[in-house]
Amino acid sequence: MLSIENITHSIDAWLNSAFNPTVALLLEYLIVGLFAISLFAILGLVLVLMERKVSAYMQVRLGPNRVGPGGSLQTVADTLKLAMKEGLTPDGADKFLFNLAPYVVIAVAMMILAPIAFAKGTQLWDLNIGVLYITAVSSLSVIGILMAGWASNNKYSLLGAMRSGAQIVSYELSAGLSVISIVVLTGSLRISDIIASQQDGWWLFKGHVPAFIAFIIFIIAITAETNRAPFDLAEAESELTAGFHTEYSGMKFALFFLAEYVNIFIVCGIAATLFLGGWMPLHIGHWTAFNHVMDYIPSSLWFLGKIFTLIFVIMWFRWTFPRLRIDQLLNLEWKYLLPISIVNLLLITLIAIEGWHF
Amino acid sequence: MAFLTTYLKDVLGGVRSLLKGMKLTGYYFTHHKEIITQQYPDNKAELKLPERFRGEVIMLHDEKNEHACTGCTACELACPNGTIKIITKFDVTPEGKKKKALDTFIYHLELCTMCNLCIEACPTDAIKMAQNFEHSVYDRSKLTKKLNNPGSKIREGVE
Repeated sequence: MLSIENITHSIDAWLNSAFNPTVALLLEYLIVGLFAISLFAILGLVLVLMERKVSAYMQVRLGPNRVGPGGSLQTVADTLKLAMKEGLTPDGADKFLFNLAPYVVIAVAMMILAPIAFAKGTQLWDLNIGVLYITAVSSLSVIGILMAGWASNNKYSLLGAMRSGAQIVSYELSAGLSVISIVVLTGSLRISDIIASQQDGWWLFKGHVPAFIAFIIFIIAITAETNRAPFDLAEAESELTAGFHTEYSGMKFALFFLAEYVNIFIVCGIAATLFLGGWMPLHIGHWTAFNHVMDYIPSSLWFLGKIFTLIFVIMWFRWTFPRLRIDQLLNLEWKYLLPISIVNLLLITLIAIEGWHF
Repeated sequence: MAFLTTYLKDVLGGVRSLLKGMKLTGYYFTHHKEIITQQYPDNKAELKLPERFRGEVIMLHDEKNEHACTGCTACELACPNGTIKIITKFDVTPEGKKKKALDTFIYHLELCTMCNLCIEACPTDAIKMAQNFEHSVYDRSKLTKKLNNPGSKIREGVE
């Protein structure tokens, strides 16, 4: 059967037979890097278009519909425009940090890509502390944002960056606790183990109500961590012009824009891995016939489908809810999400110890 | 215990109101026939404007070239930005009495914000909002319009 796993294995075998192992390994690195970069580029194009269309339909509009069939080439045209523009560096800016910041943000987004399993047997790096690695690296992106805000030498940028810092530091907690609740149920930090443990059903369904609450808290927390509305105080168009990337133009601005959408894709991928079984098809306990039918859909499609469903939900949030004020934002985290997720974690630990989950 | 119930009520109430909002946007997302966008230059022939759309102020004339404007200047006084200027004259009635009447109704379209206050102020419903919105011209002076037709006079019986 043709699957991504077989294709990668045959490429690996062919490279190793044609070249010596060191060259083969280097070539594989190159191929993987190219795939990562092209994935980023395609994601940027697709997700921006999806966002514009979804927002348009939710606001009873049509959205982009002139460039290409149904507006499908709109984002290509936008990217071309951004590529042509001058990447201006303001006079008063800290030039080195200003130019470094977009690359930090995009590099962090690339780093989280490593432990994600895209399909059965397709994972760049299955390290034994995968979940810990993801939580650790995902909080690094705030450094790029702070760097951009500080180096711009602009009060709006600095305000946006500081807000983003406060936001990510607080929401890391409830996101971490939600991740831990799945780790408690699985008993492993390794991504492949977590996916394998959902062989007979996703944790969202197996873990009863507490897993569902953990899932909702995780979705809220990742919306906040990716700085998306209703938590987009770092950008806050109406008050801070564009927040931390006010001073950026051209391709440097495009990198921030791209990083936002890639981050959404990645955090939705993590949510899908932890709660919805990653590439694992929908399996229900011992219904062997049903499980076999579900196995016919390729695992990569399952994973992409779950990710895009979650992305749609997050876009739905963005185009429905008004932006929170900074005090409301911190209230929500420290007074509601954190206590609830602590109690929830206790319940999940109880379930895991007593073995009440399916 | 009371604080716990209010706390839980807060959470549930919040979740409920958020879901309510998502229900509405979800309804719009799935029901494309609600879309109000019009593909303007393409659908010029079948363009449908809402009944209350305001494009410009016009004065109504009947087939005998008569209007209902008494020249009372209520619209001129109601206008917040001096869009309307009314020049009056004195007609002589058959009985030999002088009566104030409209000479020229000057309307500056370039200053108009389509606020509808003049139409509400008019006691005789002489003016109304038309739906024509394609006002672009190359010369600004073309936007200053004279609303009463040449040779028109006030309709019999309008006071």
